[in-house]
Amino acid sequence: MKALSILLLVMPVVMTGTAVQAEIVPPRQAELLYLLKHDCGSCHGMRLEGGLGPALTPKRLQSWQAEQLAVTILHGRPGTPMPPWRPFFTDSEALWLAQQLKQGVQR
Amino acid sequence: MKSLSILFFTMLLMPGISLADCLTRGTGDMGVIVERAAGSLKVVDTTHHNTLFQVEGLGDLSHASAVYSRDERYVYVFGRDGGLTKVDILCGRIVKRIIQGGNSIGGAISQDGSLIAVSNYKPGGVKIFSADDLSLIADIPATTVTDRDGNKKGSKTVGLVDAPDQRFVVSLYDSGESWIIDMSDPAKPAIQRFEDIGSLPYDGLITPNGRYYIAGLFGQDGLSLLDLWHPEKGTRLILDDYGRGQKKLPVYKMPHLEGWAMADDRAFLPAVGRHAVLVVDSKDWKEIKQIPVHGQPVFVMARPDGRQIWVNFAFPHNDTIQVIDTETLEIINTLKPGKGTLHMEFSPRGESVWISVRDKDEVQIYATRTQELTHRLPVDKPSGIFFTSRAHQTGL
Ligand code: HEC
Repeated sequence: MKALSILLLVMPVVMTGTAVQAEIVPPRQAELLYLLKHDCGSCHGMRLEGGLGPALTPKRLQSWQAEQLAVTILHGRPGTPMPPWRPFFTDSEALWLAQQLKQGVQR
Repeated sequence: MKSLSILFFTMLLMPGISLADCLTRGTGDMGVIVERAAGSLKVVDTTHHNTLFQVEGLGDLSHASAVYSRDERYVYVFGRDGGLTKVDILCGRIVKRIIQGGNSIGGAISQDGSLIAVSNYKPGGVKIFSADDLSLIADIPATTVTDRDGNKKGSKTVGLVDAPDQRFVVSLYDSGESWIIDMSDPAKPAIQRFEDIGSLPYDGLITPNGRYYIAGLFGQDGLSLLDLWHPEKGTRLILDDYGRGQKKLPVYKMPHLEGWAMADDRAFLPAVGRHAVLVVDSKDWKEIKQIPVHGQPVFVMARPDGRQIWVNFAFPHNDTIQVIDTETLEIINTLKPGKGTLHMEFSPRGESVWISVRDKDEVQIYATRTQELTHRLPVDKPSGIFFTSRAHQTGL
């Protein structure tokens, strides 16, 4: 019984995750996470706890949809230092990154 | 009894044992390299190009910077997690470590070596500590601003440097100010505020003679200049048309102004949102030239004799270094150390330069005269490199 309810709780998360993850091969995922840590990290902190840019922790990002965050990642925020990453990511890569941020990236 | 005293004497005679492996040597040819991911430091020898100690446990060192005590024995490391760590480089160990704030970005040591100032992103402001035991001496909150979430917070403080006459100078990112903090009476910090210096100052530097403080601006073209001999004149905007009204390119890493690059009367500065190094005449602060370069410059650093300028770049051009001749203002060499070329540091008189190459987990050492690679040192995800010669330079 208990195991079943855990399964039920976990399933939707896993399923929404896999829909996009399927398109990004593991080596590219590793590249994206490395870039997140080091290159996004130069403004957001290597542990994403904030720097010149705000913290990108699940708690702080909870009020945003992953899709909204993906738009910010791709287009940046004009007038602020947040640059557009469009030249380097596809739509699904940006969405995958946004989902990682919302889930909490392993540090 | 006798055997006990013999034991005691033997211990005294073997400093290697009784002093727990501290070195007995000068430190003028030493330095530290920050291993940003591991949160550790390598203590290095710049004469023999080798590692002397590995010091662990310094916390989050992304974006870490460091200053030296005037006896060049202790290095104070400012970490992202608000950590301030005092390390004894002769013994390779932490003397004291405190968490002084939520999120720090850099610091400075006072003219007389007695005070360590730290600037914080969160909570914004400057804290000043005793260089001796890191006890808190002054806590100076920043101007309050309202952020995008509608919360009140202290402005981020950036570009903190030491200045002559026991002062510090710092800029406030969100509120667009520069402050002079006079610490001649440590019990009563005297603050002089300069408002409306320009939009979003992101870093600052002081000229080696300690006279001019310059804040780089992210929110507009130009830089803000403060003459510390005449603070009553206020700040003024220089190079305010360097972008010539053209659209800015995206900036994937903020430039740093810490390594002041000056040769004869010319100063070399990174442009923001342009792939250019700005050359300015330090007599009238007018633009002499814009040198087109490979990408968004991050560090623009002069060899100590001012004969060459070495430049590294922001993502996605961060695999490259360019070398500029300060007389002809031409690029004389383009090097490809590797991806994640993050920082450089010249040996005290500039015959060599040490370059951090993050993705290769190594520091590369080049002869500046020939620009040839001479040595490699394995270092885990290296970022900042800081040599002890900084101890005697204002602003470093
Ligand atoms: C040059 C500095 C810089 C870099 C590099 C950078 N960011 Fe940002 N980022 C910012 C700033 C500043 C903001 C806040 C913008 C604002 O005030 O609205 C921001 C905002 C964001 C936001 C919106 C969060 C919020 O609370 O507003 C997301 C998501 C984000 N960045 C993701 C990323 C990712 C992912 C990367 C790397 C691919 C990255 N950033 C790299 C500076 C940077």
